[in-house]
Amino acid sequence: MKPYGYVRARSVEEATAAHAAHPGARYLAGGTNLVDLMKHGVETPGTLVDVSRLPLDTVEEPPGGGLRVGATVRNSDLAAHPLVRERYPVLSQALLAGASGQLRNIATTGGNLLQRTRCPYFQDTGTPCNKRAPGTGCAAREGVHRDHAVLGHSPHCVATHPSDMAVALAALDATVELRGPDGERTVPVTEFHRLPGDHPERDTVVRPGELITAVVLPPGTAGLPSAYRKARDRASYAFALASVAAVLDVAGDGTVRHVALAFGGLAHRPWRARLAETALLGAAPTEDALAHAVEAELGLAQPLRDNAFKVPLARNLAHRVLSELAADRP
Amino acid sequence: MHSTRARVPAAPAPALGVATERIEGRDKVTGTARYAGEHARTPPDCAYAWPVPATVARGRVTAVDTAGALALPGTLAVLTPGTAPRLGESDDPTLAVLQDDAVPHRGWYVALAVAETLEDARAAAQAVRVTYATEPHDVTLTEDHPDAYRPEQAGGRPALRERGDAGGAFTAAPVRVDVTYRVPPLHNHPMEPHAAFARWDGEGDGAHLTVYDSSQGADPVRTALAALFRLPEDRITVVSEHVGGGFGSKGTPRPHVVLAAMAARHTGRPVKLALPRGHLAAVVGHRAPTIQRVRLGAEHDGTLTSLSHEVTTHTSRVKEFVEQAGLPARVMYASPHSLTDHHVVPLDVPTPSWMRAPGEAPGMYALESAMDELAGALGMDPIELRVRNEPATEPDSGLPFSSRGLLACLREGAHRFGWADRDPRPAARREGRWLTGTGVAAATYPVLVSPSTAAATARHDGGYDITVNATDIGTGARTVLAQIAADALGVAVGSVSIGIGSTRLPRAPLAGGSSGTASWGWAVHRACTRLAERLARHTGPLPAEGVTAVADTAEEAGRTPPFARHAFGAHFAEVQVDTGTGEVRVRRLLGVYAAGRILNPRTARSQFIGGMVMGLGMALTEHSTADPAFGGFAERDLASYHVPSNADVPDVDAHWIDEDDPHLNPMGSKGIGEIGIVGTPAAIGNAVHHATGVRFRELPLTPDRVLPALA
Amino acid sequence: MSTAHPPQDRAGTPDAGDGHPDGAAPTRSRVTFRVNGEPADLTVDHRATLLDVLREDLGLTGAKKGCDHGQCGACTVLVDGRRANSCLLLAVAQDGAEVITIEGLAAGDELHPLQQAFLDRDAFQCGYCTSGQLCSAVGMFAEAAAGHPSHVTDPARPAGRGPVELTPAEIRERLSGNLCRCGAYPHIVAAVEDVTR
Repeated sequence: MKPYGYVRARSVEEATAAHAAHPGARYLAGGTNLVDLMKHGVETPGTLVDVSRLPLDTVEEPPGGGLRVGATVRNSDLAAHPLVRERYPVLSQALLAGASGQLRNIATTGGNLLQRTRCPYFQDTGTPCNKRAPGTGCAAREGVHRDHAVLGHSPHCVATHPSDMAVALAALDATVELRGPDGERTVPVTEFHRLPGDHPERDTVVRPGELITAVVLPPGTAGLPSAYRKARDRASYAFALASVAAVLDVAGDGTVRHVALAFGGLAHRPWRARLAETALLGAAPTEDALAHAVEAELGLAQPLRDNAFKVPLARNLAHRVLSELAADRP
Repeated sequence: MHSTRARVPAAPAPALGVATERIEGRDKVTGTARYAGEHARTPPDCAYAWPVPATVARGRVTAVDTAGALALPGTLAVLTPGTAPRLGESDDPTLAVLQDDAVPHRGWYVALAVAETLEDARAAAQAVRVTYATEPHDVTLTEDHPDAYRPEQAGGRPALRERGDAGGAFTAAPVRVDVTYRVPPLHNHPMEPHAAFARWDGEGDGAHLTVYDSSQGADPVRTALAALFRLPEDRITVVSEHVGGGFGSKGTPRPHVVLAAMAARHTGRPVKLALPRGHLAAVVGHRAPTIQRVRLGAEHDGTLTSLSHEVTTHTSRVKEFVEQAGLPARVMYASPHSLTDHHVVPLDVPTPSWMRAPGEAPGMYALESAMDELAGALGMDPIELRVRNEPATEPDSGLPFSSRGLLACLREGAHRFGWADRDPRPAARREGRWLTGTGVAAATYPVLVSPSTAAATARHDGGYDITVNATDIGTGARTVLAQIAADALGVAVGSVSIGIGSTRLPRAPLAGGSSGTASWGWAVHRACTRLAERLARHTGPLPAEGVTAVADTAEEAGRTPPFARHAFGAHFAEVQVDTGTGEVRVRRLLGVYAAGRILNPRTARSQFIGGMVMGLGMALTEHSTADPAFGGFAERDLASYHVPSNADVPDVDAHWIDEDDPHLNPMGSKGIGEIGIVGTPAAIGNAVHHATGVRFRELPLTPDRVLPALA
Repeated sequence: MSTAHPPQDRAGTPDAGDGHPDGAAPTRSRVTFRVNGEPADLTVDHRATLLDVLREDLGLTGAKKGCDHGQCGACTVLVDGRRANSCLLLAVAQDGAEVITIEGLAAGDELHPLQQAFLDRDAFQCGYCTSGQLCSAVGMFAEAAAGHPSHVTDPARPAGRGPVELTPAEIRERLSGNLCRCGAYPHIVAAVEDVTR
């Protein structure tokens, strides 16, 4: 860590202006991942623009329904929010399945979306990594990669996105509000993170200087049955080997009226299982139908040498969650 | 200054056997206990050091560019293999830091940055640019590795022992088990990373080196530093007052303390050096991986006719260390024909070393799993199989056991655990998505003891000062030594002050091999007994300086008694296996031990349970990978090397049976720090087999292994 | 602690180090926060974490550095009443914060009930994780009292409506951010139960 400057922003405008004014600036919110990576020498900011005290720390109910979650709302507060717990249980469950109590007290909604892969080679400046140092190669392909991607990876990168929260947000069709030098824009969470392709150094579609101001949970998925399940190496305080966020609404006639299925731990971004969803929408959620739908999605998987177990793991988790949601309906 | 008054109310004699509260407990719960990097308010001129690890697996350093680091604000110096002070000879090559340009493994230190602040030191270390001439490396242990050789010794014992014709008897046996188990590299990861503070005072012949080190033994550290810095021992002081765990990794001096002393001498400043967690895997030892073939031949009634345990393990290119996993098979079961053997493969890996119950922990995982397999093949209860093969004398030596409580532990454990109700059929208990099962395994650990010295002083004011350079790495050494002293003196434990953790105190061996209490306690007992005798003869008030007696147990502790001396135990586990994810969770763990006299039930219980929790980690969550592509270990932090979390550890209970063994030491105790880990992995593995019907032979039992096998 | 922390610079750091070599933005700033009720007024390197400032500048070494990356919990302190990993908090960002460390948990000579319970239950061995365990548990009490759910709380339980009962399963899950290599977990859970009962 070389010495760097520090600016505390009091408004969003001040933050974006400070970012523009300082070369190599990075926004600092909770810092749970940024400070971690700065210590590793992976992140080398010239200036930190502290956005942790911006007035973005509230959860509001917009007039049209849904919830608008400020970017600096802490993970623990979001997970405990009565309206989240009641209307978007998958989000609360995903948050509580991640990290630890004290980390969730620090980590913010915006920062959680922007956290970077825990690939050991990404964090180790002594090895090649196209994400950290474009063009140097992907160490994980040859190296140790049990925890890496089975879906959507490229020859240049096999990293996974580590967030639990983002998987739930993807299943809930949430959107991200961004403010940048060119004004405001909104991006669906499902399009917020990128697949690695030829540019694994770009985790997201965030443009230089843009700041996440809020995450919006739509009214459409409010109150629908939803759940999050995560498999991991130890019972708590571990990243997902695979995880599943699911929303399933079955109509009175016994057919699926709404379904969303997203996988964590399998890809460079939360993986919305569109093939599975298409197969299920309008169908009766029988055990067979669920199995076939999940199988269709995971047919896309291309496991690496040492992580083929993730495919049956994700399949079983998804089947279980969907099946429980289908059985739970009143 | 290292004396801590016992803060317990005067207890009625005898003190031993009483669950006395930890003497230093209050300091630990209030945050005032000082560990190596914290010994006092940081001196105003203290500098900070940060080592630079090699990023290649094998080769030579061809250049170290320090210009960028030296240009940063606060950088005081960058030591390199070319510029670092030359050290004296050491018998431990891992301490010859920055002495030549060879890189024997990834993570080997190739430079050291010293700077004004911690932040400056880290930045300077990151700015050092090292170039290497790399050579092809090999970090992969295989059973048939061409470089494998049989060492002379494994754990200080002959690597090979054979009785009768193990191969022939195995072939002739009507029931046979021939299985191979694998244990991955494992890391000690004490919560306190290795740290040292070093300061030089005076010049030339008057120079004195003071070091605060996170170590399991200050005297061995002083001896090593004396050789490396060419100083007489009396010009070095090493303090290890509170130590945040070690589990073997702090049992020998480590590079950090050498580097701290080197940096302090080079800069003329006091220097603090705390290793980053990510460096530990490469520089403070690890449990070497083992590939263990176990062959058991038995009669139909379960009587063993042949027992073979053959171990292949790795070591580094700089130092031979052999994980002695074949040793417990020489102790456990009667068999007329037996073979125990070790082979080791030097690889481009960090140097392995002690990790809690080296040898016994992985060895008993394999042996006790194989015994469970044999019980299955025989259709016999696994406890009954062990009863059937209980030896009359130690199988390897023929010596009588000083005491052997294995069967008592198995029976007591079976009773407490409810073993009699167990349905032996595997894969027969399903509760929703969970399969449940139970398992049992035996445990053993040798009784070790080393010579020690100690001093006991009766003070003028009626109190007693006991001094011995013991180390408390979390065992409760202060407390149990105070209890031993109180009983030997016939006084209340509250009147005893105990001083440990400094080379200014009487010389003592390290905290290791579950031998600390026996070694230090013997010397304390003897010093106190002598003092009591002297006081009995004394008339009138005590002189102002008090009355002191010293003891040295070189003779009695060095004696080899005509007995085989071991602690034994039995472990029981109940597990759940998630059939959809392959996640294994422990529901219950029980350990029952026969370990001589339990001197402090409170701290003993904590050690037993702690060992079992580490065994749970070995069974289910902990593994490290020698990175075939880049060398070193891939899992270097606590987010990827999974030590058990609180949520992994359910109902854990420890009990013991009273054992009155007159052939041990004056206290009648056996070591208890390591046996808790020994049988736990096999008990859990056997329970997983009972739950699933699948026999896993490689640890840990993580979903990547378990789930595919359940399909 | 009986005296306020005096204003001070990191020992040995020249004031000339305040700026980038190229004269750009300053790399150190003055911050004021309170530690265990006493004001601390310091000029800190922007890179310094709260943990390092506590340990190296303020002499409060109760908070421990086990991993320096938020992966062990030994550095846990209470910031504005909430438990947090002080190794990931930059000191410069804590201006105005109210920090409680293990040194501030007892009321003078009288131990916090949980400290006493840790002694009674022998809920530690080496002691290096203990400060973090204690601060974390104190933070957990407040969270449970405020109705914050955990991973093992019944999802059907309404949030924010009264305290969550700290069953052994809840305690284990909620304290899983504090690793203990000595394996004192069963005794830690027992000690916490002693206080919640």
